[in-house]
Amino acid sequence: MTEITTPKGASPEVIKDDSMWKQKEMMAGHYDRITSAHENGLKVCNTFVPGNLNELIRCFGLVNNLPEVNAIQSGLRKKSGNFVLEAEKHGHSEDVCTYVKSDIGMMEKGNIAPNGKKFPDPDVLLLSYTGCFTFMKWFELLREQYDCETIMLHTPYEGDGKITKNMRDYMVKQLKDDVIPKLERISGVKFDIDLLRENLVKSAKAEEDLVWVLQSAKNKPSPIDAYFGGIYYIGPIFGAFRGTDDAIEYYKLLRAEVEARVKAGRGPVTPDGDMGKEKYRIVVEGPPNYTSFRDFWKMFYDEGAVVVASSYTKVGGVYDFGFRHDPTNPLESLADYCLGVYTNLNLPQRVDMLENYMNEYEADGLLINSIKSCNSFSAGQLLMLREIEKRTGKPGGFVESDLVDPRYFSPANIKNRLESYFQMIDQKRSGKTKGVAA
Amino acid sequence: MKTFIGVDLGSTTTKAVLMDENMDVLGRGITNSRSNYTTACNVAKLEAQISTRLTLCRRNLTQRVPELGGKLDEFLTRLELGFRLEQFLEQLEDLKATCIGNVSGDRFAGMEKQIIEVLEAVFKGVAAEAPKLYEPDAPRKSDFFRDIAGSMYMAHSQARGKEAGIAYDMLLNVYDKSIIEVENRPPNADMAASFLRALDRALKGMPGLNVDVNTVRKAVQDALDVELEETYLVGTGYGRVTLPFSKEHIRSEILCHGLGAHMMYSGTRTVLDIGGQDTKGIQVDPKGIVENFQMNDRCAAGCGRYLGYIADEMNMGLHELGPLAMKAKRVAKINSTCTVFAGAELRDRLALGEAREDILAGLHRSIILRAMSILSRSGGIRDQFTFTGGVAKNEAAVKELRILVKENYGDVQININPDSIYTGALGGATFAHRAVTGNA
Repeated sequence: MTEITTPKGASPEVIKDDSMWKQKEMMAGHYDRITSAHENGLKVCNTFVPGNLNELIRCFGLVNNLPEVNAIQSGLRKKSGNFVLEAEKHGHSEDVCTYVKSDIGMMEKGNIAPNGKKFPDPDVLLLSYTGCFTFMKWFELLREQYDCETIMLHTPYEGDGKITKNMRDYMVKQLKDDVIPKLERISGVKFDIDLLRENLVKSAKAEEDLVWVLQSAKNKPSPIDAYFGGIYYIGPIFGAFRGTDDAIEYYKLLRAEVEARVKAGRGPVTPDGDMGKEKYRIVVEGPPNYTSFRDFWKMFYDEGAVVVASSYTKVGGVYDFGFRHDPTNPLESLADYCLGVYTNLNLPQRVDMLENYMNEYEADGLLINSIKSCNSFSAGQLLMLREIEKRTGKPGGFVESDLVDPRYFSPANIKNRLESYFQMIDQKRSGKTKGVAA
Repeated sequence: MKTFIGVDLGSTTTKAVLMDENMDVLGRGITNSRSNYTTACNVAKLEAQISTRLTLCRRNLTQRVPELGGKLDEFLTRLELGFRLEQFLEQLEDLKATCIGNVSGDRFAGMEKQIIEVLEAVFKGVAAEAPKLYEPDAPRKSDFFRDIAGSMYMAHSQARGKEAGIAYDMLLNVYDKSIIEVENRPPNADMAASFLRALDRALKGMPGLNVDVNTVRKAVQDALDVELEETYLVGTGYGRVTLPFSKEHIRSEILCHGLGAHMMYSGTRTVLDIGGQDTKGIQVDPKGIVENFQMNDRCAAGCGRYLGYIADEMNMGLHELGPLAMKAKRVAKINSTCTVFAGAELRDRLALGEAREDILAGLHRSIILRAMSILSRSGGIRDQFTFTGGVAKNEAAVKELRILVKENYGDVQININPDSIYTGALGGATFAHRAVTGNA
């Protein structure tokens, strides 16, 4: 029989771990740095998360502003709904990526950062990722809006499932001939490859601890939720902090906390405190919904479901198969990083990766959260699901929502599907062990 | 007797199935979901228990009164109709008292006496007409008290109101205020006594029966005396979360529909369920275990409710849509199954001069096309294919489904059970049985 895992009674007092405080402080500092950049004589570079060149940008003293992260922040703070409507008022259709519309709408509504101050206009737009063509159009819109210089680093798609020497050389050539000279000109700072190497050393150090944390989910019970919790864990390294001392410190703290959880045999921490008994170990493909993030998460932990691995936590870099930023080959390493992010992988690679997660993390099933306004992520997902089911014999589940458009999150429908999915796993388990009377 | 009950709380109707320890289905009950799932659950359960009593009566009478022979079915029909009439009159009495109690406030000031007199006359008229409705073969558009009593009340109050110079809308207002209260107060009179009164009516209605009345009476009485112990209940459907059940008494309707379809047809591998607000494509394994499912997301385009809107727009009964669509000479091409746009689409087509039946045929096809898309996303259609839900009763929808299944998947056995509306509840009852027998 189904056990009740919902925590009953009064909600526990919110207790934040040291790493949580550290991240909060880092994010506050990040937004203050952006909003005061111009008054401090610093220049601002807007760029995207997947394939971001944070270590390189930092070599030029530029402040890194990430529109997707801002859209996520707007989603989490329940502001994106109005921004999306505002963008639609300005002619963007209902089906356009809602990160784009949230960002455009935010600009129309005064472009106010989470700290309540105005975002500065960027001095340069660095588009270092083309796995998603909508991102390219997004930057076209931003270029139109800000009338500033745009640098494009074209990342070839891994259509054949591998990174070739030609692809790497092509990217390094772009870095040398186009990206670096332009950044030098815009910033007025001469490129120092040794500074880049130093930054890359720091990146690799943080990446090592991040991978340890993500792989801790192989424990039973898993000490982390690698999707909902994972969103927080990837924040610093996917955002503006890769290659910084802050990131190193954050991941050190986080790792120590997770190590302690493993030792104590504790499950993941959730907004309602420690999760109850682990009943389902799930691998999730696809981004989360940010406008109802906690409600969505609660639908999992109330049922005793923990996400042990997710593909979304690899969109800003795939580190768990061995890649680390390499100071000995700095530009080649940046190229490999961009080429290897999850969204630049082809469908067979994504399937292999998910299959690996299903096996390595001893998961009970694969769940896809298909994003209505993100065709580049969603295309082929049902095929992927079928293939994983075939290879692993484990049941697949499918829910639909959106990134930051609250209209696309239908709680009753999603909860219904999730509960059905978890019960389906139960039914399969009992069917295997006991047989079912017809 | 140990009984296991499954209740499927749908958006339009609530269904219950009651089975015994041998997993034999003894009774089924259905009611409108109202806005109150707790009442709907209780009423559906009660209906399933009534239906169980009739099954037990049938068993006893078959064994003990073999001389009933070919007359058994008619006798049992009369027994049930007599019981329904008893129930109807009981609820009607409640409605009358509630209506009279609601004749108060500024709106009725100074006219209370007059209105109450009209109400007395109206209810007298309805009560006098009621027995005719419960004659065998009497046509009834609905089995729900709200629908039957409502249409009769409207007719009588229009006439009586006119005679007494009381505005019709005043009488309507009294009814509207009262019906919800009454509907949420299911009949609670002594079931056995009502059955015995119904038995007298049935015997009276079949004067030529050559049976020992006392043996018949004893057989019925014994069926009524069996204690129906509610051993385990499982709730499913959208309304399940609103019920005060603990978690182990709740199952997802996907699993219940999958298992219910398997119980009806053990060869089922794919299930299509089109309900009021959901269309579900479900794949099950040879044991009835769900392997995969897909359903509509936040948009309920093309679900049962869509047909409801169309029926309203055309000023027709829901059950009349299918037969009219079957008369189509051609199938109009309809792209949108949006419920909100349904009326506009319909009017647009009519304005273009298209025939009603052709438009309806197109609407049915578009519903099935959408269902086919959901099915293909769930893994396609495998042999055997079981179609469930209210829409499975619609012949035009079934016709389109057969065509599209043949076109896309070849020869597949399509199962449609006359009791398909109870599929989810049957799955629920089976889960209830397994919860106790240890197969959960």
